[in-house]
Amino acid sequence: MDLKELVTYKLKEKFPEVEFDITDYKEQLAVTFDKKNIVNVASFLKDDPDLQFKLCEDVTAIDWARRKNRFAVVYHIFSLKLNSRIRLKSDVDESDLSVDSVAFVWKTADWHERETYDMYGIIFNNHPDFRRMYMPEEFEYYPLRKDFPLMGIPGSLPLPKKDE
Amino acid sequence: MGLEAKLKQDGFFTSTVDALVAWARKSAVWPMPMGISCCAIEMMASGDPRYDIARFGSEVMRFTPRQSDCMIVAGTVTYKMSHVVKKIYDQMPAPKWVIAMGACTSSGGMYRSYPVVQGIDQFMPVDIYLAGCPPRPDNLLNALMQIQEKIGRTKARDFQDRPLPELPVIQNN
Repeated sequence: MDLKELVTYKLKEKFPEVEFDITDYKEQLAVTFDKKNIVNVASFLKDDPDLQFKLCEDVTAIDWARRKNRFAVVYHIFSLKLNSRIRLKSDVDESDLSVDSVAFVWKTADWHERETYDMYGIIFNNHPDFRRMYMPEEFEYYPLRKDFPLMGIPGSLPLPKKDE
Repeated sequence: MGLEAKLKQDGFFTSTVDALVAWARKSAVWPMPMGISCCAIEMMASGDPRYDIARFGSEVMRFTPRQSDCMIVAGTVTYKMSHVVKKIYDQMPAPKWVIAMGACTSSGGMYRSYPVVQGIDQFMPVDIYLAGCPPRPDNLLNALMQIQEKIGRTKARDFQDRPLPELPVIQNN
């Protein structure tokens, strides 16, 4: 049984009511599903003795700019037991930017989610320490969104006063 | 040598206070190493025995702004870091000088994007802009010699009656 069959079988067995779209592109397995199931699926993939995806390597987002669901949150997770990675994806629409936090499943997701919030403005519910990562706390924009200009918004980041 | 030749006769020589003070100042420029990124590596290299910044009286890198004369801003200054740089600059006692070391510090360099200040002269005065990415240690020593030349031209009264800047008191920062 290869990885795709194993993951498909396991997820279908555990969550029969959830719709999974499991695709294989260039030997990279991606699992797409609705964002409200993220915590359940994440904890299952982590704790299942046959899968053991114990390492969360990255949490990030994609800004598709024109698509109906503008954003997608992406989780890259790694299983030391299977020596393989899978990618979890969930669509997030601009009207409701909140996603449940997986920081209680994988502790590393804490900072990754903060960075995703900082750069894309995606809100993670129940996050233990939800602040910006790089930009100042009072900054109003999200720099990695497609509508943010490369040189920034003039005056949005304060400079110290120059004395004469 | 020069001084002994003058002392041969009566044991004193004439000069101006300005010249003496400027000579003393420029011969011991104590740098404040504001090392923010890779330029700081070259700044450290200029302190090693090969380049030996001690030849110019500047080997005393003070890691406190209150004991230094010349701030070497070595590295990319982001908007978030600019407040720190300015605060440290404000804490240096006058007279003080600033070397903007490298392309990033002088103009933003290759970081032409939203988080990087496009030149630190937007928020503080700069005396020497130093080209290079990063500049070689010789280049830094050249900048230091130019600072010394600049200090040598100053008069003591240039710094008279200069009010101390009012520093804002910020708590928990």
